[in-house]
Order: sequence, then structure tokens, then C-alpha cells
Amino acid sequence: MGMQVFHRSTNVISRVTIFGGLFAVVGALFLLAAINRSPWATRQGIAREQPVQFSHRHHAGELGIDCRYCHTTVEDLAYAGMPTTQTCMTCHVQIWSDSEFLEPVRASWRDEKPIRWIKVYDLPGYVYFDHSVHVNKGVGCQSCHGDVDDMNVLWQNPSLHMEWCLGCHREPEQHLRPRDQVFSMSYHPPADQLSLGLQLLAEYDVRPRTECGACHR
Amino acid sequence: MSDGARPAEATVVPPGAIIGPGQTFGSVTDKISSAVLDRVPRGWWIGFGIGLSLLMVFFTALGMLFTYGTGVWGIMIPVGWGLDIINFVWWIGIGHAGTLISAILLLFRQRWRTSINRFAEAMTLFAVACAGLYPILHLGRPWLAYWLVPYPNTMGMWPNFRSPLVWDVFAVSTYATVSLLFWYVGLIPDLATLRDRSKNILGKKIYGIFAMGWRGSASHWHRYETATLLLAGLSTPLVVSVHTIVSFDFAVSVIPGWHATIFPPYFVAGAIFSGFAMVATIAIPLRAAYGLENFITLKHLDNMARVMLATGLIVAYGYMMEAFFAFYSANLFERSMMHLRFTGPYAWSYWLLILCNVLIPQLLWFKRVRTNTIGLFLVSIVINIGMWLERFVIVVTSLATDFLPSSWGIYTPTIWDWSTYIGSFGLFLTLLFLFIRFLPMISIFEMRTLVPEAEVEGGEEHS
Repeated sequence: MGMQVFHRSTNVISRVTIFGGLFAVVGALFLLAAINRSPWATRQGIAREQPVQFSHRHHAGELGIDCRYCHTTVEDLAYAGMPTTQTCMTCHVQIWSDSEFLEPVRASWRDEKPIRWIKVYDLPGYVYFDHSVHVNKGVGCQSCHGDVDDMNVLWQNPSLHMEWCLGCHREPEQHLRPRDQVFSMSYHPPADQLSLGLQLLAEYDVRPRTECGACHR
Repeated sequence: MSDGARPAEATVVPPGAIIGPGQTFGSVTDKISSAVLDRVPRGWWIGFGIGLSLLMVFFTALGMLFTYGTGVWGIMIPVGWGLDIINFVWWIGIGHAGTLISAILLLFRQRWRTSINRFAEAMTLFAVACAGLYPILHLGRPWLAYWLVPYPNTMGMWPNFRSPLVWDVFAVSTYATVSLLFWYVGLIPDLATLRDRSKNILGKKIYGIFAMGWRGSASHWHRYETATLLLAGLSTPLVVSVHTIVSFDFAVSVIPGWHATIFPPYFVAGAIFSGFAMVATIAIPLRAAYGLENFITLKHLDNMARVMLATGLIVAYGYMMEAFFAFYSANLFERSMMHLRFTGPYAWSYWLLILCNVLIPQLLWFKRVRTNTIGLFLVSIVINIGMWLERFVIVVTSLATDFLPSSWGIYTPTIWDWSTYIGSFGLFLTLLFLFIRFLPMISIFEMRTLVPEAEVEGGEEHS
């Protein structure tokens, strides 16, 4: 009937575009999901430079300074606390007092301007998180923050996705440790973590909440 | 009244006929495709202009909503569902007529459906498009609407599958998908006609792409018939299921006035009632503007009016039962709710609803009204208003005065509530006028099966 509107190749092109379109849509969705889970979106595992070249491996690992020496409010408040310049200076007026690495600390001390530490674990404003309840109910620092005693420059250890929070809130018995081991960096869970976990769950009266209002207050 | 005595005047359609006399394959094709291929009438520009202006109103309302949030609406506690949900239910209900005409009437071999099914299906699609927007706008943060869909997410969460609101997502999206497919598959043979008749190469190409290589061969027709039948089978349960699930949004809750077992059938009847009213509201002016009296005959209008009358009576029965349940349950809250509907702050809306949906539609008992285009047009408008009021009564009066008098509150829609509603007509009309302009508003190839030429080989066989 009349002239041909389309070239013969249109048959192939139309088949390719129909099936290709399907693959493109599915592929784009997978790509979005992958980007959402990548460190590019979550900052997981990316070392963050701080205004001072401070090494957790040196202080917490090699010297064995307790977490609470600097993060003083972790047992009592929602916020674990960042060390004041005075905290650094308790040692560094004596030790390495001339080191050029410590110049920003001395400047802060001299000018009475606090050091602006970079927040590595930056939860969104709509999430309520309380350090004290976790620490007091047998969740080790290491459980969330990883092997800080082995990190020169700190990075965010978990993804901080909500599924990561819920993973523990739904199965706390898999992660609990005795209270006296909370600040230990060398604790290893026993072979039967489940029975210990269930025992601690009852002993510490751990009742993690999973409803929306627990964290989104 | 035999038409033999009259001079052969093509415009005089014998009563009861579903196609005018003297039509041939060629005249049907010429007439319907001319609306697309010939010069655009001035009336189209006026209608499209009105639609586009209202669409701008819609965009303005959405701009306000996205900038300032749902606070620009009148919704508050206790009336957290306002015009947005009313409009959702109203629009989605309207869509049901298209599906009923295209699926159920096809399966029942009601050949009169042929001339109205195409634009009724289009109306379904555009109504569902309008309806689908409202729950998303209602979210407050519409950009997170994809959270309604169950997909493996980083939140470690699934939607609450026990919530009818989630069932709604599936019901409405299935409905939209199947309706779109049904409409498109039905268009393919006509798109090929337009491809062959289009005078410029661009039109040939565009219609050609969407006709997907249709050549009208026997195997094409065979597959077409199978696909249509399958889609009709898929759509048939949707006529009943979609509005049933919409009614669950209310019935599954415990609010007096919502928690009623009659809701699903009563909602489905209401949906078909309002849908046929909208089909009539669109068909009557279209028929006049494009001179389609030979294709959309008085028989069609009569049949649609009968459907409206029947479903209207079911709806009236629903209203009666609501009142009866309140009385018979002896439940204080149900009785108080019903009492407040009759005499409370929103009593005007209830009595107006009874007037529009129960009293005025009784005029359709008279054949003179059913076959009078202006009369039927006015009744259909009244029914459209009545069905909107029904949703207003259900949503607002039930919420405003529920269990505790101390928490009662009066909802007053703001200008942004109204402009979001009025604006959605803009979306509907714009899409409808684009459809009329670029696609055949009546199925050409199905109309050809109605002309005498088709009878030779037994047109009865053709569904």
C-alpha cells in the first residue's frame, strides 16, 4: 500500500529498543540502588582529615588511652563529647610540646578558640541517638565504631543506613557484651554469643525499640 | 416510524439504531479520521485553551503546595483528609465507566459500546492520572512517594502490608497499567489507518511508530483479538476491585460513618454511576461539536442513562442502609454521626447530595429525558456534583465529629484546596483535547463492523 514510510532496518531497531528499553530501566534502578549503598553516598570507610593530625591508632591503640578520657560524656549523655583543647593539653603541655603537628592545638589554646573537629558520624537531624543508653546496656564502642585502635585517621565504619541500625535493634542478643567489656578494644565474643546475649538481654533489661518514634522523635 | 418514507437524509438516525443509515466502510473512516487529519476547528482551540488555563491554575496550586507544604490546605486535626482525598476518590470513580464499557460490555458482546469505548477508555486514563496525583500530593513530601512501593531499600523496612493504603497503591497502579495497555492495543489498527491516511511524512512516521508495523493481515487480527480478549478478562475484575479497595481505605478504619460493610458494593456502584455521568458529560458536547450524531446515537445516550439510573438506585440504597445501620446497630457513635449528618454543621452537603444523587436522577425514568441531549447533559452534570458531594460527606462529616466532642473540628477548604481541584480539570481537559486532536476519538475499525457492508460475512461473529 503506497510508499514505504520506514526502512527495512526499522524492524530490528524497534525490537532492540523495546527490549533495550526494558534493560535500561531495570539497569537504571540497579544503578540507583548501588549508588545509594556506595561509600560515595554513605561515606562508609572514607578516612576524614581532621584539623589536627591526630591518630587514634597511636593514642587508643599503642598508648591504650581509654575512650572516655576524651569522649567524656559517653556514659551520661546522648552526645559522646569531643575533647576540649584543655584535654589535649593535659598531656601536651609536657609531651611533644614543640611538635609542629600540634601547632593547631597550641593556637587554639593561645587564642582560646576551640578546635573545629570534623564530625565523622554525622547522623541526620531527624534521627535521635543516645550514646549513654547503648553504652550502659552492653553495646561496645567497637560494635559500631570498629577497630578505632587501628585507625590512624578515623573513618565511618558502618553505612549508617537505617537497616544497619535496625539490624541490631531487631537482634540485640547477637551484639551485646558484658558491661565491663564495653570500652575494651580487644574483646572477642564467645563462641556461643547467643546464650550470653540472651542472658545479658534479661540482666540489663534490654528492650530495643523498633517503632518509628524510637529514633524519629 | 420507518425511515423509508423520508428522503434519504443521512443525519436522521432511526430510533434504536446504534449507527446512522447509509454509512459505508469509507464514510466511517473518513468521518472519524477527519477530526485528526483535517483542519482544527475553532472550538477545539477554545476547549484546549480552557484546559491549558486550568492546567496553569493546577501548576500554581502545586507550586504553593510544594513551597509551603500541606499547611496551605484547610486540613487539620481531626479532618486530616480533605479535598485531596475527596478528589482522589471522585476521579478514580469516574474512570470506572471506561473500564466497564471496554471490558465488561465487550465480553457481553454489547455492540453499542463500540462508538463510545475509545473516548471512555481515554477518559478512564486521564481520570486515573488526575486521581493518582492526589494521594501523592497528600503525602506532604511527594518526592518520597516511591516509599509506597515495596522494594529492597536501605531502611530495612517494607510498607505496612496490612494497610489498605498500600493495597491502594497496587490497585491504582494495576488499574492505570491495564487501562493504558487496553487503550493502546485497541488503538493500534486505527493508528495504522492514520499512518496510511496522514498527508505529511512526520505524521506518517509518528503514527507509524506507534502502529508498530500493523498491516491488517489475518495473523495480526488473530493476535489482536486474542490480546483484546485477554486484556478484557484482566480488566473485568478491576472494575470491581479498584473501588472496593478504595472503599477499604475507609471501611477498614474504625471511624463512625466509615466502618461499614456495605462500602465496597456501594462504592463500586457509585463509581460506575459517576463514570457514566462523565461519559455523557463528554459525549454530548463532542457529538454536537463534531457532528457525530450518526455514530453516537440517541440509543447510546438512552443506554448510558439506563446504566446511570440503575447504579443511582444502588447508591440510593447505600444511603438508606447507612442510615439504617446507624439506627439498627444501636451504637451511640454511629447514631450520633448519622444525626449530625442530617442536622449538623455539614447538613447542607448531605441534603444537597440526596437531591443530586437520589432525587434528580429519578428523571431518568422518563424516556423523554433519556433521549433529550440537553436534559441528559444537565442530569449528568448534577450527578457529577452529587458524587463529589458524596465523597465530601463521607470524608469530612465522619472525621469532623467523631467520638470525642472535645476533639471535634470544622474543616473549611482554602483557596488552594479549591484550586488544586479546579486545576485538575485542567490536566484532564488538556489531555482530553490532545487526545481528540491527535487520536481517533471513536474506534474506526470497530465502527466499520457496524455498517451494512460488514453484515455480508456475518458481522455478528465479530466481538
